[in-house]
Amino acid sequence: MTAPAMAVNENPAATARAPLWRELVVRVPYIWLVVFFLIPFLIVLKISLSQTALAQPPYVPVFDLAAGWDGLVAFFTGLSFDNYRLLVSDPLYALSYVKSVEIAAFSTLVLLVIGYPLAYAIARTPPRWQAVLVLLTILPFWTSMLIRIYAWMNILQHDGPLNQLLLALSIVKEPPVWLSTETAIYIGIVYSYLPFMVLPLYASLQKIDEALIEAAADLGAPRWKIFWLITVPLSSAGMVAGVLLCFIPIVGEFVIPDLLGGSSEPMIGQTIWMEFFGNKDWPVASAVAVVLLCLLVTPIVVYQNQTMRAVEQ
Amino acid sequence: MHSVDTKQAFAPVTEPSSRPLLRIESLTKRFGRSTVIDQLSLDIYEGEFFALLGPSGCGKTTLLRLIAGFERPNAGRILLDEVDLASVPAYRRPVNMMFQSYALFPHLNVQANVAFGLKQEGVARREIAYRVAHILSLVKLDGLAKRRPHELSGGQRQRVALARSLVKRPRVLLLDEPMAALDKKLRRETQAELIALQRELKLTFIIVTHDQSEAMTVADRIGVMNQGVLVQVGPAPEIYEQPKSRWVADFVGDVNLFEGRLGEDRRSVEGTAAGSLHTTVKLDATPGATVSVAVRPEKIRISREPPLPAPANCTTGKVVEVSYLGDASIYKVRVAESCVIKAALANVGGGGYRVAAIGEEVWVSFPADAAIVLTQ
Amino acid sequence: MRKVSAFNTATIAAGMAFLYLPIAILVIYSFNDSRLVTVWGGWSTRWYSELFSDEPLLDSALISLRLALISATAATVLGTLAAVALVRFGRFRGRLLFSAMIYAPLVMPEVITGLSLLLLFVAVAAERGFWTVAIAHSTMAMCFVTIIVQSRLVDFDTSLEEAAMDLGAPPLRTFLSVTLPLIFPAIAAGWMLAFALSLDDLVIASFTTGPGATTLPIRIYSEVRLGVKPEMNAVCSIMVGVVGAAVIVASLFAKLTGARGAPSQ
Repeated sequence: MTAPAMAVNENPAATARAPLWRELVVRVPYIWLVVFFLIPFLIVLKISLSQTALAQPPYVPVFDLAAGWDGLVAFFTGLSFDNYRLLVSDPLYALSYVKSVEIAAFSTLVLLVIGYPLAYAIARTPPRWQAVLVLLTILPFWTSMLIRIYAWMNILQHDGPLNQLLLALSIVKEPPVWLSTETAIYIGIVYSYLPFMVLPLYASLQKIDEALIEAAADLGAPRWKIFWLITVPLSSAGMVAGVLLCFIPIVGEFVIPDLLGGSSEPMIGQTIWMEFFGNKDWPVASAVAVVLLCLLVTPIVVYQNQTMRAVEQ
Repeated sequence: MHSVDTKQAFAPVTEPSSRPLLRIESLTKRFGRSTVIDQLSLDIYEGEFFALLGPSGCGKTTLLRLIAGFERPNAGRILLDEVDLASVPAYRRPVNMMFQSYALFPHLNVQANVAFGLKQEGVARREIAYRVAHILSLVKLDGLAKRRPHELSGGQRQRVALARSLVKRPRVLLLDEPMAALDKKLRRETQAELIALQRELKLTFIIVTHDQSEAMTVADRIGVMNQGVLVQVGPAPEIYEQPKSRWVADFVGDVNLFEGRLGEDRRSVEGTAAGSLHTTVKLDATPGATVSVAVRPEKIRISREPPLPAPANCTTGKVVEVSYLGDASIYKVRVAESCVIKAALANVGGGGYRVAAIGEEVWVSFPADAAIVLTQ
Repeated sequence: MRKVSAFNTATIAAGMAFLYLPIAILVIYSFNDSRLVTVWGGWSTRWYSELFSDEPLLDSALISLRLALISATAATVLGTLAAVALVRFGRFRGRLLFSAMIYAPLVMPEVITGLSLLLLFVAVAAERGFWTVAIAHSTMAMCFVTIIVQSRLVDFDTSLEEAAMDLGAPPLRTFLSVTLPLIFPAIAAGWMLAFALSLDDLVIASFTTGPGATTLPIRIYSEVRLGVKPEMNAVCSIMVGVVGAAVIVASLFAKLTGARGAPSQ
């Protein structure tokens, strides 16, 4: 025997204790997330129940560990739901939520209508092109959202390329106003989120076995029927993923409505921003954020429940 | 058909003085509620080539993984050189495994794959180079040391995996379905090479396979497994000629089974679908007990005339099916309403000669020593 | 080879035009000599040369680069550890909360992430500046890294790790010599994504930054809020060029290493 590591009696406890590095692998990211994700969120929740104050930090009550039990009692009695009452009573907030959901829903629909044919077309090209086309679809996503929106500010300005083109083609007599309109918001959103819609759709369309299409044709189905009865149902998972991937972040979007839209009817992201930076009302900003989060969690929970049910069946 | 006589019976097993190298004592392994290995005991001797044979899901791969240390047993012990392996992690066991998927590291070339284990041991670089070159030439892979796994053919990958697991000269080499991915011809060649390699290196091999001809070709002893239990252990001829149960008789090779009652003389079985059958061995059971008679198809004779001298077991029937297999033909003869006997006859004559045609009345016979009486 | 129908070709052409025309127009106008953004005054690189005398802008660019390097690296380390813990450690205490904390930031609006982290920094009276933004970016990006590395680890053939252990490599060495090299493409992709996210981010940085740590997006935002400016065309063109080149080089690299490293099964 050329001495294989026959160290049998050397360390019988080798597998018994979990090594230190193993502990660290879990603990380090865990503690990081607790400190920088969970606790901040709890603070938001707490501040949403506080009152505005002209102080630093600009809210009361402030949690004071040094005050002991009395401090704790004072802290909890100081909490109130006033901010949430304000959200209900002041139509500004309700309108802002409705506006956000409306814009998100409608632009997601537009994205689906535009994204589906594009994803379908890419999935039908020869495999070598597919990789290139997918890369080309993702590429704009890697460049800053700010830059992409700025590019549209260029195009949509009063005497910008779009209006020059429209005038040159005599489609319009007077240059229309684009910036600070809802149309501009829609253009910006559709432009920015197209990759998020196309990619999951492409992924599910590309997986569809060509033999299924051929089998359907062999069994006598016309092309539109094949598309409607085979392709669309088999790509439903991609549609759901694409819709969620677009709808959820669009609701909380700030940069696009801020740069392309007006401020008269703000989306909810703008409202939080204004409450925070403009009005310096941290408690109300926090309350708006908490409600927004609840609004966004709902579709995810519904989706989760449905996939769970689908898995069980 | 099976080259059972190419290997001599393995001596240490029969020598009472020899100590087993690997001793498995009432080992039990459960996954959740299902028991995969059930109170299994087995001794394996130094220099032995042992095969674990069984249908898929019988627990043979789990047994291998328990020996390698990838799974921990729920009960029982595994002793290697009389040392309990329970507290020895996989990476300290002087046991190496060849994986069914080969598990070659795709980011390393052949040389680095084979050298991997030696590096872990801290072997000097020059010795690593020497030993890797040596083992690569043993498995006939010289000149491919710089290739990556994906640049090799299936057979070459298999050899790299073999070389990698052999280069550390393990006390026991575990082979998990090592030839499952090879085509039939290549498998035959590799089996022969594996035997030669094992003899040259004088190592102990345990191979897991579901292919009975592979187990019979390579192994000194075979352990037949079913549902987590070793149902029979012995050399290939013993397993084939003296199966201990209907299940083993049926799983290893082809067989005709007749159920009946043990006669008064305990040498005959009465009331089978083919009538009374006679055997040479006196069975140790009470007369009247329900037993089975197993007869291998190649031991059955078919003739148009009554066989002379009259064999112990003889009946007539009608040929219902003939399958031509090249080296042999399988005849199915209906001897009773509920009984079809299968007979395999070597095609010794030329020109597609047939003993009998479909529909023909024939005599079916077999000698008393071809009948194996089974109580289980 | 499949034939591509005229309709599909037209769809792809229109889609790509929609995605790339605005960027192309931006780049073209960055070479416009005229100060009036919409009047074409001939080709010129004057806005690019003006950029290099704009000290505050250059400062911001440096800050953003440093920030992206640091936070991408931190996010990659944290995210990879989290992915290993989630895929390889089976059940451990607090696993449910852990995975919830991994997925939640992915759907969290940036406004809320920024707000909550700012409130944390205020609560502990941390001085806001470069490092608070770095922490915020690392936290946001680590979850994306986790998702990418996790999907690679799930596909990973565990018999490779068993083979390494069987050949005598203890768990940690197995991870370093077999697992890590094989999941490296995912880790690299995660790092790049984290880098781009950090370089990209306006909202979270706006909340968590302090004096002296004005990142490039914050600087650009404050300039362009008031309208289109030719210098900004030039800055944005440079960023597009750098990011585009980086992504193309990276995917070519990934294709090369992928072809060499992946088992062809």
